[in-house]
Amino acid sequence: MKKNYILEDLDCANCALKIEEGVKNIEGVTACSVSFVTEKMIVEIEDGKEKEVEKEIKQVVKKIEPDTTLREV
Amino acid sequence: MKKRLRKIIIAFIIFLIAILIGKINFINIDENVLTIIQIVLYILSYLIVGFEVVKKAVVNIFHGEFFDENFLMSIATIGAFAIKEFPEAVAVMLFYQVGEYFQSYAVKKSRKSIASLMDIRPDYANVKQDENIEKKSPEEVKIGDTIVVKPGEKVPLDGIIIEGTSMVDTSALTGESVPREVKVNDTILSGCINLNGVLEMKVEKEFGESTVSKILDLVENATNKKAKTENFITKFSKYYTPIVVFLALIIAFIPPIITKTDMLDWVYRALTFLVVSCPCALVISVPLSFFSGIGSASKKGILVKGSNYLELLSKTEIAVFDKTGTLTKGVFDVQEIKNEDGISAEELLELSAYCESYSNHPISISIQKAYGKDIDKKRIIDSQEVAGKGIISRIDEKQVACGNIKLMEELHLENIQPVDGIGTVVYVAINKQYAGYILISDKIKEDAPKAIQELKKAGVRQTVMLTGDNKEVAEKVNQELKLDDVYSELLPIDKVNKVEELLKNKKEEAKLAFIGDGINDAPVLARADIGIAMGGLGSDAAIEAADIVIMTDEPSKIATAMKISRKTLKIVYQNISFALIVKIGVLILSAFGLASMWSAVFADVGVTVLAVLNSFRALK
Repeated sequence: MKKNYILEDLDCANCALKIEEGVKNIEGVTACSVSFVTEKMIVEIEDGKEKEVEKEIKQVVKKIEPDTTLREV
Repeated sequence: MKKRLRKIIIAFIIFLIAILIGKINFINIDENVLTIIQIVLYILSYLIVGFEVVKKAVVNIFHGEFFDENFLMSIATIGAFAIKEFPEAVAVMLFYQVGEYFQSYAVKKSRKSIASLMDIRPDYANVKQDENIEKKSPEEVKIGDTIVVKPGEKVPLDGIIIEGTSMVDTSALTGESVPREVKVNDTILSGCINLNGVLEMKVEKEFGESTVSKILDLVENATNKKAKTENFITKFSKYYTPIVVFLALIIAFIPPIITKTDMLDWVYRALTFLVVSCPCALVISVPLSFFSGIGSASKKGILVKGSNYLELLSKTEIAVFDKTGTLTKGVFDVQEIKNEDGISAEELLELSAYCESYSNHPISISIQKAYGKDIDKKRIIDSQEVAGKGIISRIDEKQVACGNIKLMEELHLENIQPVDGIGTVVYVAINKQYAGYILISDKIKEDAPKAIQELKKAGVRQTVMLTGDNKEVAEKVNQELKLDDVYSELLPIDKVNKVEELLKNKKEEAKLAFIGDGINDAPVLARADIGIAMGGLGSDAAIEAADIVIMTDEPSKIATAMKISRKTLKIVYQNISFALIVKIGVLILSAFGLASMWSAVFADVGVTVLAVLNSFRALK
């Protein structure tokens, strides 16, 4: 299933890359794309794993960019 | 943002004071005391401007993030303190923060200007219930609701006009600046701006399905489909930082051991390396350039579904066009009526219209349209279709036969010369006497010849036209358009095969674009490197199937799109090469001890800011 997020206050482009890379490595994530310009993240998650994956996504974002808040749209 | 700027200014003033009191000893105090005062001021300045950075670095280390820019900056500056290069340490942190400030300002600014470019999202809809008008958010409006659009307002949802006439500005959707007139029963799309009259309309699509949502969704998500260049930068930045840090370690320790020279000097050089170890300039400016390019295209009525397609478009060398609906208008009109002696042109048209009035064939419809008057069905005694040839009817007392040359041959008519013209010729015989013909054809779009020329100028080597029409029609059209190759009499599956063949015979780097109207050429659009659909406005099929959608039906927009893509790519390459040259230059100079940390931080920050500013140009 596809989920869209907004990464508020995503200020550093390198972090966007790192977040993308980090989220891709989460088990249960099949694809992830972060756009630095639009502050958007699209994640594809295997069905049934949404809950755990979402938790991990939050951790990854917090770890790489503590100032960024993750919001689902 | 303001707080950040204040910190920078205060730190800068303290920094200046620290330097000045070192140069001019105002109050004649002891040298040692003065140095201590200076150091205190430097540290104070450093903490004001750099505390956040150091804090982040420490936090990130606990998270296992070592090569993060905060960490590298902290090491570089603390290292400078350690080797007693105090002004250097402060200056590097100060300029780094100035750069970050500029950078985030520039990024915010460009996000904003791109957003304003796509400021077509309607904020509200005036829903009419009984006689009351209520403002609602467009999401809440349901299909079948009546909404009122006042002059100056954006049309919030797709629908059909039930009352009022007005001029609407469709430029946000099509890039077309000439307003369009709309009246009752016309379809009106969300995103248009109502200019003068009050319009009442019935909603036909929910907000999420309306044109404006679709367009916004498309453009906003376009940067998630990354271009090859972007992926290259991602890979590059993964290796760049560790490599530079590793080199710095080597420079700090190996040369002093071998040459037995002063280690501090080499550490200084190594720290300079760390200053330029962030690939920021590249990582920021490349996606920004692509997005600016996509934004600029959408302003001109060209929707690009991904950065990757914008990149591919710049490499297009073969442009394959579908004929009908793409290069020609796809609307069949009566072009010519040729009557023989004994019958007037009007009469010929009238009888043909009656003869064909039971047929739904596009040709019949265009004859009816040209006739324009109502058909009195009582006059038609009988009407028989002759499959693949035409129609024979009895109108009043006359036998009228309308059809192709085969029908005329079947009727054994004499003195008929097959007519040579672009389009379909309908021969007419009355009471087995040849009476004339009607030529029906499609018109070439006004800007089509120019479009082909412009494409050639934009770097397309080969232009190809595919059509299901016969050879004569295809060649006639091509006399005006002058494409390189024309393939006619193709069935839809043949078009796919032809494109496959062209794809097989081209060079790997040269890309093939197929341009169609998206109606029955979805397989070809999908097969080509880049599928471009024309006249996408309001056609969901076209928006679905293509990689690039031209909202109007002007083929010349394809050349415009190519120009935008080339310009964007040029800016991307400029930024990449500029950033790399400066960074590598600084690395080489500092390895030889020729660049100070000052110049390194200037170079690093300067490159980023310039690259961001340069990527702005893609917006224009």
